[in-house]
Amino acid sequence: MNARMHEPRGRLFFTILLALFLSVVPLPAWGDDVRPAFLVLTVLYWSIAAPRAGGIAVGWISGLALDIFQGSVLGQHALALSLVTYIAVREHQKIRSKPVFQQSLIVMGELFIYQFVVFAIDGWTGHTLYGPLHWLQILTSAAIWPIAAALLGRSHAPR
Amino acid sequence: MAAYGLGATNRRLTGHGSAPGFRFTLYAIVSIVVMVLDQRGGWLNQARFLLQAAAYPLQLAVSSPSAAWTWIKESTQTREALRAENARLRLRESELALRALNYESLARENAQLRGLSHALPPIADRWLIGEIVNVELTTLRQRLLLNRGTTNGVFEGQAVLDGWGLLGQTIHTGPWSTEVILVTDPEHAVPVQIERTGMRTIAVGAGNEGTLALPYLPANADVKVGDLLITSGLGGVFPAGYPVARVAEVHRDAIQPLAQVRAVPLARIDRDREVALVWFKDERAKNPDIQPQPTPAQPNAAATSASAPPASAAAPNVPAKATPAPGGTTPAAAAPVKAKAAPPPKTPPKAAPEDEAEDAVK
Repeated sequence: MNARMHEPRGRLFFTILLALFLSVVPLPAWGDDVRPAFLVLTVLYWSIAAPRAGGIAVGWISGLALDIFQGSVLGQHALALSLVTYIAVREHQKIRSKPVFQQSLIVMGELFIYQFVVFAIDGWTGHTLYGPLHWLQILTSAAIWPIAAALLGRSHAPR
Repeated sequence: MAAYGLGATNRRLTGHGSAPGFRFTLYAIVSIVVMVLDQRGGWLNQARFLLQAAAYPLQLAVSSPSAAWTWIKESTQTREALRAENARLRLRESELALRALNYESLARENAQLRGLSHALPPIADRWLIGEIVNVELTTLRQRLLLNRGTTNGVFEGQAVLDGWGLLGQTIHTGPWSTEVILVTDPEHAVPVQIERTGMRTIAVGAGNEGTLALPYLPANADVKVGDLLITSGLGGVFPAGYPVARVAEVHRDAIQPLAQVRAVPLARIDRDREVALVWFKDERAKNPDIQPQPTPAQPNAAATSASAPPASAAAPNVPAKATPAPGGTTPAAAAPVKAKAAPPPKTPPKAAPEDEAEDAVK
């Protein structure tokens, strides 16, 4: 992850679109609980690797897109994602310098916050709540973080 | 521009001038405002409408793998398989045509027997076949995305059926796409009636299992496995009398005051590829004063259609009985429309003349 890279806006847009695609592509019933939160991972990656190109606006817009696709309350995922992005952007230098395993743990924490915000808003707005199995998503996402980070890093490394 | 919170450990890191804490607060406020507005409904509906339009291409892309798969499966089907299917469909079509004939006369007889013409359940007036673009069947959300939107006249809260039963209703409409909430969605409840006993209750979606629960039936309620649930017509979205589900499991616990009943929807939720959006002749049925006007127009329109014998047989009967009442002409008006609407529902071209007829009425 090179800090002084050219701002990779095109790739950022493309990878986020791809992540959004992966987040909403239909899976069999069991798949939904273990599906990693691709969009959150991608947004987090960009806010750590390129906080100027990424950043809170990207998080907010991706979250809003997710809201439209999932038909949830508009602003729900946008708020959760912008909160997580804010933390990542603020601490990006610290996170960046950590080994991948520790990054995974940090991502796990971030996803916990994300899920909690989504869960709380679901509760307040009177929607049905996710079952306990849904928290598995945090584990699978954390597990996939090293791979995702490597792939995303490769996506803009050659420059 | 250093509006950092506690930490202040940060060096300059933003290119946009303002600090991330400040920007986050801004976005958080915007999100909350948007959420409140969205919960309330109102002008944000239009924003959602536009956003849904913008999202539609990507939604199509999302569904493209499964669409490609079905396309490949279909185009590699053998000639024999297609022939067999064709023969089967032909048989079924003639069977359905016979049943429809029977149904016409039954409906008319029923209308006469009841005497109360304007208390008749609203009748399917117009159909629009929509293709399923995307399916979401998870524990929390049982939704479909259809390739029809407000440009086709679809509105929010419209009933969606398939050939076997009630499927759900539309919740979000875009210009070219519509999101349908299925009866099995845990946030969906449909007022039903047990056909055998006439008892009314509410069927709530149970989510993942693809079943409905009847949580409000007392333990001593007369309900058996195999009972048919039909829409009761309460609530105003679904008209009465459409099949919804069949009771699959009744559990009575001596301690519990309520019976635990599960029902399996008749609609083939996981196998459908096309569904029907339905318009019902609801408003006119509710208001008997408007009714007499359409009467002359409708039979004329219907007379040209194929349903001549039953219509002419029943026409003299019905007005003779019912004309004294102000709303008495309803069966005459309703029956031909059904005769016209019921046989051709599968063919979109027929919808157009139907449209004109309705416009003429209004």
